[in-house]
Amino acid sequence: MDMLYKIFLDPFVQMASAPDLLVQTLWEGLVSGVLYALIALGFVLIFKASGVFNFAQGIMVVFAALTLVGLHAMLRDWGVSSGTAAAYLALALTVAVMFGLAFTIERLVLRPLVNQPDIILFMATFGMTYFLIGLGELVFGGEPKLMIADDLHLPRGAIDVKMLGGFVSFQKIDIAAAAIASIMVAGLALFFQKTRIGRALRAVADSHKAALSVGISLEQIWVVVWFAAGIVALVTGIMWGARSNVSFALEVIALKALPVLILGGLTSIPGAIVGGLIIGIGEKLGEFYWGPLIGSGIESWLAYVIALLFLLFRPQGLFGERIIERI
Amino acid sequence: MFYRETGQFKTTYQADQAVFPIRQDRIGIAIILLLAFAGVPLLASEFAISSFFIPVLVFSLAAIGLNLLTGYTGLLSLGTGAFMGVGAYGGYKLATWFPDVNILIPILASGFVSAAVGVVFGLPSLRIKGFYLAVATLAAQFFLSWCFVRIPWLVNYNISGAIEVPTRTLFGIPITGPNATATTRYLVTLSIVVLMTWLASNLVRGRIGRTWMAVRDMDLAAELIGIRLYRTKLLSFAVSSYFCGVAGAMMVFLWFGSSEADTFSINQSFFILFMVIIGGLGSLVGSFFGAIFILGTPIVLRALPGLFGLSIPAATVEHLTFMVLGALIIFFLIVEPHGLARLWQIGKQKLRVWPFPY
Repeated sequence: MDMLYKIFLDPFVQMASAPDLLVQTLWEGLVSGVLYALIALGFVLIFKASGVFNFAQGIMVVFAALTLVGLHAMLRDWGVSSGTAAAYLALALTVAVMFGLAFTIERLVLRPLVNQPDIILFMATFGMTYFLIGLGELVFGGEPKLMIADDLHLPRGAIDVKMLGGFVSFQKIDIAAAAIASIMVAGLALFFQKTRIGRALRAVADSHKAALSVGISLEQIWVVVWFAAGIVALVTGIMWGARSNVSFALEVIALKALPVLILGGLTSIPGAIVGGLIIGIGEKLGEFYWGPLIGSGIESWLAYVIALLFLLFRPQGLFGERIIERI
Repeated sequence: MFYRETGQFKTTYQADQAVFPIRQDRIGIAIILLLAFAGVPLLASEFAISSFFIPVLVFSLAAIGLNLLTGYTGLLSLGTGAFMGVGAYGGYKLATWFPDVNILIPILASGFVSAAVGVVFGLPSLRIKGFYLAVATLAAQFFLSWCFVRIPWLVNYNISGAIEVPTRTLFGIPITGPNATATTRYLVTLSIVVLMTWLASNLVRGRIGRTWMAVRDMDLAAELIGIRLYRTKLLSFAVSSYFCGVAGAMMVFLWFGSSEADTFSINQSFFILFMVIIGGLGSLVGSFFGAIFILGTPIVLRALPGLFGLSIPAATVEHLTFMVLGALIIFFLIVEPHGLARLWQIGKQKLRVWPFPY
């Protein structure tokens, strides 16, 4: 009885009695949700266009951030005096590197593996993950690095807002992250809906064969999509890196994006966003209010359990296309 | 010329249904078993046995377990590491509750604990498929890893949070714990693995294995011809988890001698999935090839620079190993998506028609 009270009533009493804490927790959940959504977005882009479940998305985030920081340091060493100039030059170069990566992956991995079963392509992205970990550590070193947030003019500090009988503090970088994420999603949506390549992308997502038959180049589309995923990875890397630091531990967050993905549906961009927010908020609320009951650290698996519960009712995810099976 | 079944007539159904119907295969497996049981303990050093041969056997068994689920039933699982962990902790608890029972019984019984847990986490498999199911098994992985860290009861309230394996004897010879020699541990491991591989090979040849493969090839069609999907899938989860659980228990009892919670992390699951895919989905012998390949490659790569007289810093070698392993995985997938087992089959076919091309 006591246990039931603690599970079903007490957390809500706590929420009602300290609304400022609730708002703070919700905000933190929202922010981590946005970041999960960004990673999930990279997954969805690639899955829609090439049917590849890209496990390497997480490591692409780390690799992009590492390249940015590493290039910045190198440029400073070579005599670029202004930190800001070096930062933006490094940013441009990193974008170029991500394009090179997309091109190489298409040439060396996707093209030879075309028409193979999904699981084989999935495993190939595992190979890519290993390769990129090795490459990143070899070139830039494995130790954690600081993100060049100041040189990129990312805002710092916090805004404390007095509300609901207490203070709620909003980190400026979090606000910036949420804003940039929204802009990027809007941009991607426009790109998909309005441009020629965007239309081609949607055609490829619907059916590879039909797209090929009307003269869309699959190779070109794949490069574009992997490049777009690389850019999403870079933005995610900058935002996440600015919150903590740039290290291979970031790779773990990629695993967090998986429940977001299945919650929202593997093929839906709005699904990735909504899923990210649900997981982010659910995770933080669960950890804060229910976590102490069964020992802390439930954040590590709560996301998966939430996703699993949703899946039991909607096997294709919240926004996924209905799975129709035929014999 | 050497590998031809010409003149070997089968006069009974038993002979036709044998695991190794061809005489050369029987001779081959006898030689391999002889080498494994007598050759390795006599020739290999203690260090080589405990750092290469025991791990290969343990991982082979885990890979067979995953192969039964992923390769034969077509259900992708990323929770192998956790199921191994359940076996390890289950075996440890059983061994502490029944200290007088022969140690082999807790090791083999630990699989049943793991099987029960596997069935629970296999429950969503009827409604969800493919990558969705893979992520659902990740829930098992993270939840169970969390349990291993947070529930001190599992390690008998040991302050270090780790399993410490007691010394147990078989026929008066210590086979677990700090006093057991690598050779005895190797022989025990080998016996269990051989026994369970034989069991698995008979499972997949029989009715159960055929229903699994029917579900893998197309589950709707399998349902229409009267296979009960739920039972088949859950049985596959149970058997697979049993194998993984025993592998996990052997890992702790016969290889490490002690174990911490992060031994059974998500990386372990990926590692075993690598072995299954590289070795060949739906092939038992492939599981062995995969384990040998994945465990052997880093050793070879580390030894290579020394052979050429190059001195590369250890950290660089480590990074290069990662890169080469990743590249090799992609290379193998491109060259032979059906894994090393298919290469083995192609080789056997070539040998059969040799010296003619076909």
